[in-house]
Amino acid sequence: MLLAYTLLLMAISLTIFMSDPDVTKGLVSITTVILIIVPLVSIVYATTYYFNAAEFTEMLVSQPISRRSILLGKFIGMSSSILAAFIIGVCIPVCLFAFSATGITLMISGCLLTLSFVSLAFLTSTITRDKAKGIGLALMLWFYFSIIFDGLVLLFLYSFADYPLEKAMIVLTALNPIDLARILILLQLDISALMGYTGALYQQFFGSGSGIVFSLLMQMVWIIVPLLFALRIFKKKDL
Amino acid sequence: MEKIIEVTGLKKLFGRLEVLKGIDCSFEKGVVVSILGPNASGKTTLVKSILGMVIPNEGVILFKNKPVINTFAYKRDIGYMPQIGHYPDNMKIGQLFKMVMDIRQQDASDTDLLKAYKLEGMYNKTMRTLSGGTLQKVSAALAFMFSPDVLILDEPSAGLDPLAAEALKEKILEEKSKGKLILITSHILSEADEISDHIMYLFEGQIKFYKSLPELKNETGEQKLSKALTKILSL
Repeated sequence: MLLAYTLLLMAISLTIFMSDPDVTKGLVSITTVILIIVPLVSIVYATTYYFNAAEFTEMLVSQPISRRSILLGKFIGMSSSILAAFIIGVCIPVCLFAFSATGITLMISGCLLTLSFVSLAFLTSTITRDKAKGIGLALMLWFYFSIIFDGLVLLFLYSFADYPLEKAMIVLTALNPIDLARILILLQLDISALMGYTGALYQQFFGSGSGIVFSLLMQMVWIIVPLLFALRIFKKKDL
Repeated sequence: MEKIIEVTGLKKLFGRLEVLKGIDCSFEKGVVVSILGPNASGKTTLVKSILGMVIPNEGVILFKNKPVINTFAYKRDIGYMPQIGHYPDNMKIGQLFKMVMDIRQQDASDTDLLKAYKLEGMYNKTMRTLSGGTLQKVSAALAFMFSPDVLILDEPSAGLDPLAAEALKEKILEEKSKGKLILITSHILSEADEISDHIMYLFEGQIKFYKSLPELKNETGEQKLSKALTKILSL
């Protein structure tokens, strides 16, 4: 399954780069595809793996090793293999065809996005007890972050259109790892002018050095916080 | 005799269901204890609490006089054989053994069962290709591999062929003579009759009785454990 994922990512990046000589356009297309596929595969694959290995986890708990090490070990193993798929499938083609500031941003935010969704997968797997519920919750989270969240933001913007919302929008963006990645990549592309006034504000905030640091930090938070919660739950869980 | 595990006031709830309702017992060295009881009587939960797989709501478990809840170092002295072993499909038998040696920081000091079950020639087989019985053999060999002071076997002979079960039984008696404590949960009374020194009977999360086998037989005047059990439970 992981091999299929690698090949799929590679096929997407290669066909996009091959079919269009304009690499900037290519990067935009890849971003669009990646922001949907990467979170979905990361969260579903990690959750499935976690539940398939549940009995083996039980056996590991009976060994002299702390639960913390077991879960962190699983996280490192899981995320490094999914990350390897992303690096082979996306980073290598991007390096070959479009090595630029935008390309690098795309690679870094893609990697961070992978990690944060693996981390969310560990949270959903430790919260739930059975596989169907776990995968269901994982899919719901993905659906929420990639579709529902944007809808809610639009609704929010529409209903409070009379108020100055620029600052609030930045906070809202930080609440969704996918949006963070998207904005970071798009702003590198100098097409933020198309996004109107908010875009200009984004450009001012996220385009600046501290804004980039802020969004990278927020993405790290999205990796660390779910994992910490998962650890806390796992320590008290009955197996 | 020296007590190695002591359990006091152990309670466990799963949601609203009270699985263990205050268990008090202790286990000493050099004996085989069979934990018997109907389905859902709390046998596995008791064993899993001792292993730290289930975290009790109330009560204390002492292992060599140290409380164990939320610690893990004491598991170095326990070998556990689960009811059904599940291992990653792509893992080879040899890799599994190596990994557990790595985790425990111990070398395989007891390879009797490995030899008896001829597992050494199968180190390159992956878990996916193994039958249920062979997986059980792997689990058994792994439990005994590090000569731990305590062995916990959950339904050990389920799925083993008669010869393998016999080899396991001999191994259990041999370890007992070395002063190890062996806890066995089982449904097979004839087997418990042959090897155990003490019988603990759990019923609805409480200990119905915990007696030595000769005592039990004397009290009931029966020669067989199965008959003695029926008699004592119908009283």
